[in-house]
Amino acid sequence: MTAETESIDELKARYAALKETGQKEGEFEAKLAAAPAAPTAIPDDKILKQDVVPGGWYWTTDIKRGQTLRIVNTEATPGIALQIWNRHDPSERFNSADTIKVQWTARIGKGRVLLSDMGRAMMAVTEDTCGYHDCVAGHSTAITNEKNYGPGALRNSPTAIRNSRDNFRIAAAKLGLSKRDVHQSFCAFAPVVTGEEGKLQWREDALEPGAFIDLRAEMDLTVCLSNCPHPMAPGGLYEPRPVAVAVWDAGPVAPDDLCRNGTAEAVRAYENTDPLFD
Amino acid sequence: MTTLSSLKPEDASKSFPVAANSPFSTIVKKGQTIRIVDSFGQQAVDTLFYNAEDTDERYSAHDTVAAQGAAYITTGSQILSNEGRLMLTVTADTVGYHDTSAGACSVESNTVRFGHHTRFMHACRENFVLEAGKYGMDKRDIVPNINFFMNVPIEPDGNLAIVDGLSEPGNYVELKAEMDVICLISNCPQVNNPCNGFNPTPVEILIWD
Repeated sequence: MTAETESIDELKARYAALKETGQKEGEFEAKLAAAPAAPTAIPDDKILKQDVVPGGWYWTTDIKRGQTLRIVNTEATPGIALQIWNRHDPSERFNSADTIKVQWTARIGKGRVLLSDMGRAMMAVTEDTCGYHDCVAGHSTAITNEKNYGPGALRNSPTAIRNSRDNFRIAAAKLGLSKRDVHQSFCAFAPVVTGEEGKLQWREDALEPGAFIDLRAEMDLTVCLSNCPHPMAPGGLYEPRPVAVAVWDAGPVAPDDLCRNGTAEAVRAYENTDPLFD
Repeated sequence: MTTLSSLKPEDASKSFPVAANSPFSTIVKKGQTIRIVDSFGQQAVDTLFYNAEDTDERYSAHDTVAAQGAAYITTGSQILSNEGRLMLTVTADTVGYHDTSAGACSVESNTVRFGHHTRFMHACRENFVLEAGKYGMDKRDIVPNINFFMNVPIEPDGNLAIVDGLSEPGNYVELKAEMDVICLISNCPQVNNPCNGFNPTPVEILIWD
């Protein structure tokens, strides 16, 4: 109970110091600049699995600790959503709120970690050529689709409009999980930023074809990707485009690995995670 | 946007004091109004809502934020479920900004944020899980919540931090239930960040028919 015996002034000072370090311009950016870049083309002998996820559909994969999930936004589709479960105990899942709060930023990109609800690193963002992903507004639902694309978008018609929430409920069911296990997503390639009074804006210039993100698994995981447009994607037309996915072996983790060492918070997250594998 | 309520405390059908650091829950029936009073000021009240008929349907921060196109909860905010359905509407708010992106504290996230020495300090998720158990729910049902009276500005560059609370003693937020809901509260015990002014204090809940 050490902290409870600290005075308010001591607690205030410690928080101020953590906040200053956590948001200090330059420190994290310097580590980011010094970190190696992942290859744009994965060597064939390093690819463990690959696929293409058509617009509107979902794809589930197991991924072992140390393997990397690459998602290539080949045609700049406006956002994909990810569910991340601890494979051995899916009650442990990605927690979007902890991820942004602990890392002092809603701008989760290269060098950051995706945290579980149990204070552990689930995935490390080891490469990111997009730079804009959303943890605040979340994935599409039937209601956001109706609002964006109009009523009458029939589920079973030839031009069925699909949504991520329903995709994830189906995927969860196939894993023996339920609706309660569908959690707030990490939405990649979704350039949502906040402005005055917290108003959300979509940065239209932020999506380029061919941008990709590498997510290294820091524990054995089950991941589900839903390729439905983000609820804030502009344009009013439902036109998701395919994304390429691969699970690949990026090699051993270096002692000076960016994500493991990027911030004091990340270091502690790994201190919580590594003992699972001792 | 701040607005005053026209409801008078003496007309409330129920009132509940909630001690510092403690959990609390109550049913709020469709049509009733619940007011959360920050009696001493600068006290975060972590709050979740569940459809009383089916707890698989629960508060969704992402649905709520996406629908209103803005990150903060205030007067007029529609509190949506993971089905995208309207659970409650914020009818009065004397503060103006409440967070729903930073989530509840937990012993686990505290160790990452503040150091491993915080492992044995009480936290909201402990409260939530215990209180949720009374309704047959468990940790899988504890999702990112609303933090009433917690001030977390999110900058355009993505920077966000919990900063000093804006609420004065007696400030309140009021919501009208649009379906029968279970309201789950953790009167936040956190002393490692400013959300409670480094001094957790009691709050009060009032319900009008």
